[in-house]
Amino acid sequence: MLTEHFVAAPHWEWYILAYFVAAGLSGGTYVIGTMLRLWGDARDLPASRLAFFISWPLLLVCPILLTLDLGQPTRFWHMLIDSRTAGLAFKSWSPMSVGAWALLIYGIFSTVMFVVALGETRSTPALLSRVSKVAGTLAGRVVMVVGALFALFVSAYTGVLLAVSNQPVWSDTWTLGGLFLASGLSGASALVLLMSRRRPEAAETDEKLLEADRYFIILELVLIALFFVTLGGVLSRVLSGGWLVLWLVVLAGTVVPLLVHWRPAWRQRISRNLGPILVLLGVLALRAVVIFSPQS
Amino acid sequence: MATPVGFFTDTTLCIGCKACEVACKEWNQLPDNPIQFRDSYDNTGQLDQRNFRHVRFVEQATSNPDKPIAWSMMSDVCKHCANASCLEVCPTDAIIRTEFDTVYIQQDVCNGCRDCIAACPYGVIGFDSQSGTAKKCTFCYDRLQNNKMPACAQACPTQSIKFGNLADLRKMAADRVQALQAQGVTQARIYGDTEYGGLHAFFLLTDKPEAYALPNAESAVLPGRNDVPGYLAVAVTSVLAAIGGLVAFRRRGERA
Ligand code: SF4
Repeated sequence: MLTEHFVAAPHWEWYILAYFVAAGLSGGTYVIGTMLRLWGDARDLPASRLAFFISWPLLLVCPILLTLDLGQPTRFWHMLIDSRTAGLAFKSWSPMSVGAWALLIYGIFSTVMFVVALGETRSTPALLSRVSKVAGTLAGRVVMVVGALFALFVSAYTGVLLAVSNQPVWSDTWTLGGLFLASGLSGASALVLLMSRRRPEAAETDEKLLEADRYFIILELVLIALFFVTLGGVLSRVLSGGWLVLWLVVLAGTVVPLLVHWRPAWRQRISRNLGPILVLLGVLALRAVVIFSPQS
Repeated sequence: MATPVGFFTDTTLCIGCKACEVACKEWNQLPDNPIQFRDSYDNTGQLDQRNFRHVRFVEQATSNPDKPIAWSMMSDVCKHCANASCLEVCPTDAIIRTEFDTVYIQQDVCNGCRDCIAACPYGVIGFDSQSGTAKKCTFCYDRLQNNKMPACAQACPTQSIKFGNLADLRKMAADRVQALQAQGVTQARIYGDTEYGGLHAFFLLTDKPEAYALPNAESAVLPGRNDVPGYLAVAVTSVLAAIGGLVAFRRRGERA
């Protein structure tokens, strides 16, 4: 039986929406960059670099958005340090606490990979080039993969954070973490694709990214179906009135890229950028409807 | 540790005078409420950063045709849950359990993330945009430390709100339910003996909990119930996504 709710809304709004999008895409692009290095070939290196270049600035935005959302922004450090004892503030059972630490640690990995990617480009100082060479070793790869685990977490935990509450919709489903992850990875592929339009050497990987995006989208669609099923009686909270418009955007951002693939005739007719743009709008719309509808 | 304390609120004795609300506002120096017209004698509306006590006016249908509706009043407050959802999720440890076994938000530690508001199943906590922090009933922590009873309990003219040693209050409540049932009030029941490990502010009700906007025993669940299933879903999705990435990115020698 579903829980009855008599709760107040936390008023998590635009900063949180922006953070969820930035975290999802930053983590997602880091993971894509890593997977391309692990499983791709030399021709995929430019796209991998591009992914790490995108991931880092998106990560930088995250703590700023989170801090701005706080009622007491100057106390942001209370998330990490116990202000009474000066010890570490860490609660494994509180996703917000774990998320704050994960974001910090992921930030280190993301910075390292950004520097590595920078060092691989021409006209960089010798020191950076040397760092990049280390990254190619087994130890460097291990570091990159450990970073990818944190990236996956950062991309996904926001959904678990919502679920670990007593709010309607959020706490009525276990699917949100997985759903945000699948959508974040799909959005990340789309973002790398879009950015590769300006970097011909990265465009070599376009077909692979399109294929990966299709798998992530299928995963996302399965999770959206599970999300609806698990909501049962409160489904109407997310599927009523104006929220339907956002779901249409989500639908366009998932179904259109699949249709374009399965109906090659469409490919010629529509812009190459339309698919990735719809995917990114879908990433935004999905988070908006999930965040706002239960609080309205 | 001092003896655990509690509030036993007997809704059959409440007359809706709101003396508790006024005393609470006065002692805690809470701002007044914006004037608004509601379709009720209840012009407080809800518990939040301005209202640590809220006298809820509950309309109940009766079997008497001459008097089809009866009022029931309930002075609502933070339940100071033994297993408190707010305390569970608070990332900064601003929410603590005091030596009196009550739940208290340290205003100098809270950074206004509002996770506790999302977690409290009773909609008790409000966000104060002036202080930038979450606020709720303190159980008059300052008064307790000075051997004074909370302001609301002291002000209540009908003793609907009883303050005291938690164990004594539970015994008193059980006796009162028995007496009421013997008088024919068969719906009399205690809310808060078992919910969230036992509430420190518990109630005698004459209707099902939902009628007073209180989650029933099945719905009184902790946020942490979704921790493991949520992370499991993430783990499974991660594995499937990695397989997708492997298949997509591994292709070799297919390019022109
Ligand atoms: S009623 Fe809400 S605010 Fe009070 S202790 Fe329980 S969870 Fe915390």
